[in-house]
Amino acid sequence: MNTPSGAEGARRLIVGPFNRVEGDLEVRLEVADGAVRAAFVNSPLFRGFERILEGRDPADALVIAPRICGICSVSQSQAAALALAGLQGIGPTQNGRIATNLLVATENVADHLTHFHLFFMPDFARAAYAGRPWFAEAEARFKAGKGTSARRLMAARATLMHILGLLAGRWPHTLAIQPGGVTRRAEPRDQMRLLATLGAVRAALEAHLYGAPLERVAELAAREELEAWRATGPAGDFRLFLEIAADLGLERIGRAYDRFLSFGAYPGDDGPLYPAGTYAERRPGRLDPAAIAEDHTFARMEDRAVPHHPFAGSTIPDGLDETGYTWCKAPRLAGLPFETGALARQVIDGQPLLRAMVGAGGGSVFARVVARLVETARTLIAMEGWVRALEPNAPWCTPGTHPQAGRAVGLTEAARGALGHWVEIAGGRISRYQIIAPTTWNFSPRDAAGVPGPLEAALVGAAVLPGETTPLSVQHIVRSFDPCMVCTVH
Amino acid sequence: MMDLARRAPFTILWLQSGGCGGCTMSLLCAEAPDLMTTLETAGIHMLWHPSLSEETGAEAVALLERVAAGEIRLDALCVEGALLRGPNNTGRFHVLAGTGRPTIDWVRDLAGVAEHVVAIGTCAAYGGVTAAGSNPTDACGLQYDGRRAGGALGAGFRSRAGLPVINVAGCPTHPNWITETLMLLAAGLMGAGDLDSYGRPRFYADHLVHHGCPRNEYYEYKASAEKLSDLGCMMEHLGCLGTQAHADCNTRPWNGEGSCTRGGYACINCTAPEFEEPGHPYLQTPKIAGIPVGLPTDMPKAWFIALSSLAKAATPERLRRNAVSDHVVMPPTVRDIKRR
Repeated sequence: MNTPSGAEGARRLIVGPFNRVEGDLEVRLEVADGAVRAAFVNSPLFRGFERILEGRDPADALVIAPRICGICSVSQSQAAALALAGLQGIGPTQNGRIATNLLVATENVADHLTHFHLFFMPDFARAAYAGRPWFAEAEARFKAGKGTSARRLMAARATLMHILGLLAGRWPHTLAIQPGGVTRRAEPRDQMRLLATLGAVRAALEAHLYGAPLERVAELAAREELEAWRATGPAGDFRLFLEIAADLGLERIGRAYDRFLSFGAYPGDDGPLYPAGTYAERRPGRLDPAAIAEDHTFARMEDRAVPHHPFAGSTIPDGLDETGYTWCKAPRLAGLPFETGALARQVIDGQPLLRAMVGAGGGSVFARVVARLVETARTLIAMEGWVRALEPNAPWCTPGTHPQAGRAVGLTEAARGALGHWVEIAGGRISRYQIIAPTTWNFSPRDAAGVPGPLEAALVGAAVLPGETTPLSVQHIVRSFDPCMVCTVH
Repeated sequence: MMDLARRAPFTILWLQSGGCGGCTMSLLCAEAPDLMTTLETAGIHMLWHPSLSEETGAEAVALLERVAAGEIRLDALCVEGALLRGPNNTGRFHVLAGTGRPTIDWVRDLAGVAEHVVAIGTCAAYGGVTAAGSNPTDACGLQYDGRRAGGALGAGFRSRAGLPVINVAGCPTHPNWITETLMLLAAGLMGAGDLDSYGRPRFYADHLVHHGCPRNEYYEYKASAEKLSDLGCMMEHLGCLGTQAHADCNTRPWNGEGSCTRGGYACINCTAPEFEEPGHPYLQTPKIAGIPVGLPTDMPKAWFIALSSLAKAATPERLRRNAVSDHVVMPPTVRDIKRR
C-alpha cells in the first residue's frame, strides 16, 4: 500500500503481510530522500493468552502456555515449568535439567536453521538481485520452496526433531517438561539413538551449511578469520552468505541501540552455558529482572498511566484506542529498550568474534545472522555432551505441589531471545500471568518518552529504492531479528 | 475413482489467524518423503503460504485479491488458527497486515471461491485453545464454535465442491494428517462420507489414541501410574483420555517414534472440540466414588466397573511394580518355549 505524501515531503509505506516471519506483521514506514526516516511496527494479532490462563489450575499452564507459539513451544513450556517450580519450591532433577536443556536446544537449533534457510536467505534469490555475481548460486540453493539447500535443511531439521519425538513425545506442544524434571526416562539405548540423530545433523551441516567441522565455526574468534573464510574458506552456504553480506553491505544496515539482554540459557552445574546479563555501551552488566517494566502508551492496552513490572502488569485490550498502533506492549529494562536474541547471548557470553563484530560495526543484519550460525555450532556440540551426561538410573522427575498463594518467575531463552513468565496464584488458581517474549522486546512500539523499539530504530536509514513498495533492505533488517509474532503479543 | 486425468496443479492458499503457527511447524517435519516432495508428487501447488513463499507485502496482497476475484483457481483454502470475531464483532483483533481488513473477512470471501475449505488444527476447526477461558477475542472455528455447528462460515456453509469444512483437528496436527488430506482431495477421493460427525477425516479420526499405546498391558490390568514419569496406565490418576480421543497417534508415531503417551504424559484429546476446557486440571482424572468419570469409548459403565475390579484383582506383580516406576524393575519372565 502506497499512500500520498505526509508532512514534510515524507511518503508513507505500509508493508504487510510480512511473511517468512512466524505470525503476522505490518510495518509502517515514513520515507524521504530514498531512505526510511521513521518506522512503526504493528503486531496485528491479539489472542489474550495471559487472560486465558487466569483462573486455571497452575499446572494447566504447561498445557496452555506452549500453545502461545508453535515455533517456540518448548521454550514457553520451560518458562512455565520454571515459574511453577519456583512456586512449588522445587527444582528439576539433574537428569531433568539436562534433558530439558536437550529439548530446548533442539528447538532452538531447529529454529536457527529454519530461519536461515527458509525465512532469511530466500530474499537473496529474488529477481531484483539477478545482476549480482552470487545470484545464480543463491537462487539454486535458496529459492523459496525450491532451493536445494532449503530442501536439504528440511530433511535435516525433521531428523533433528526426532530428539523431541524420543524424549518428549512430539513437537510442538509437549507436556514432557515439568517443574521437577521430565516425564520420560532415557535409557542407554536412547542415548545411542540421540547420538546417532545428532551425528546425522552434524554431518548434514558440516557437508552443506558450513563445509567444515562444527568446532571450526564455534571457535571463530576474529573478524579477519571471517574475512578469510569468505575469500578462501570451504564451499558451503555459510561462505555464500559471507559473500552476499560483503557485496550488499549487510554489516552496515539494521543497527539498533547496541544494547543487549539475555536471561541465560541451558542451566548447568556451573551456571548456564550462555549466561544471563546485559551488554550496553560496550560493557557487560548484571541483569536485574526487578528493573523490567512494560509501557502501554502506544499499545492498544489499558493501564497507560505508568509502566508496570510484570508482577503488577495487566492485559486489557482496548479496541477503540487510536493512539496505540500495535497490540504489543513496550518492555523496557531500567527504562531503556534492549535487543535480545542469539547475538545478545553470544555477546554477553563474550564469544570473541561476535564481541569484535559488535565493537566494530554494532549489532547489524550481518552480526545477527553470524551469531545464529556460530551459536548453532556451539549448541550442537554442547548437546552431544548433554546426551552423554544423562544417567539413566538416577531420578528423572520429582513431584511437587502448588501452594495456595504465591508468585514466581520463569526466565529462559528461546531461539529469538529472552522469555519470561511472571506467575501469581491465589486461592490455588492462577490470578495473574504476564509474559514478555523475545520479539516483544525487539519489536516493541515507542514508549511514553517517544523512544522507538529496537526494530523501529534499526529501520531508520534503510534504503528505499525508486519503485519499491516492499523495500528489500527493510525485509533483510526485519528478518534479521528472526521475529516470532505469535509470541510477541500472545 | 482416482482422478488421474488431472493436469493442472491442485492449488492451495494458506492463511493463518488466531493460532500459534504450530500446525505449519509440525507440517515441516514431514518425512520420507519430505513436505516439498510429497506435495510435488501429488501435483499440489502452494499459491501462497505465510512461512514458505517468496511474496511479501504488496505482492502477497495482489495475489490474495486475484484469488478472491476468481482470477486464479483455488482448489483448497487452508486456514490455520481460530477466527477472531472480537472486539464487538469487528474482527479487529486480527487485521490482516497490509490490507486494513479483518482476516475473518478475507477468509469468508476466499471460502466463497474455494473448491474445498480445510481447517488446519483444532483452533481453525473449533476455536481451540484460542477460545479457552474467557475467550477474550471471541474466537471460533471455521464451521464450529466449540461443539456447536456455526462458527465463522456458518453451519450451512458448503464449499464449491459441495463439502462442509474439512476439519483436520489436532493441537498440533500430525504432518501426514494434512498431507494425506490434501492428497486425497487432489485425487478426488474425499467425500462427505469420509468425514466423521465433527468433520474430521475418518482416516485418522476413526482410530483411538489408545490403539497401539505401549501402556496397553498396564491398562488391561488397571496397573496405574501414580505420578508423572511412572510407566503405568495414566487413565486412572493422570487424566489420560487416550481411550476416548479420536486419532491414530500411537499407530502413526510423531517425530520418529513419539506420541504423547510414549513421552510419558497423558493424552488430552486435542483433536476434539472444547478440549481446551476439560472442566478439571488436565493431568488429574476426575472421579465419582473412585470411578473415572470419562469411560473408554463404547464401554458400558457396569462392565467397566466389573472388569476393572476383576483386572485389579488379577494384576501381575510385575505390572503392579513397574507401573509406579520410571523403568522396568521386573522384566517379563523368560519362559522355556518347550514347556507350556
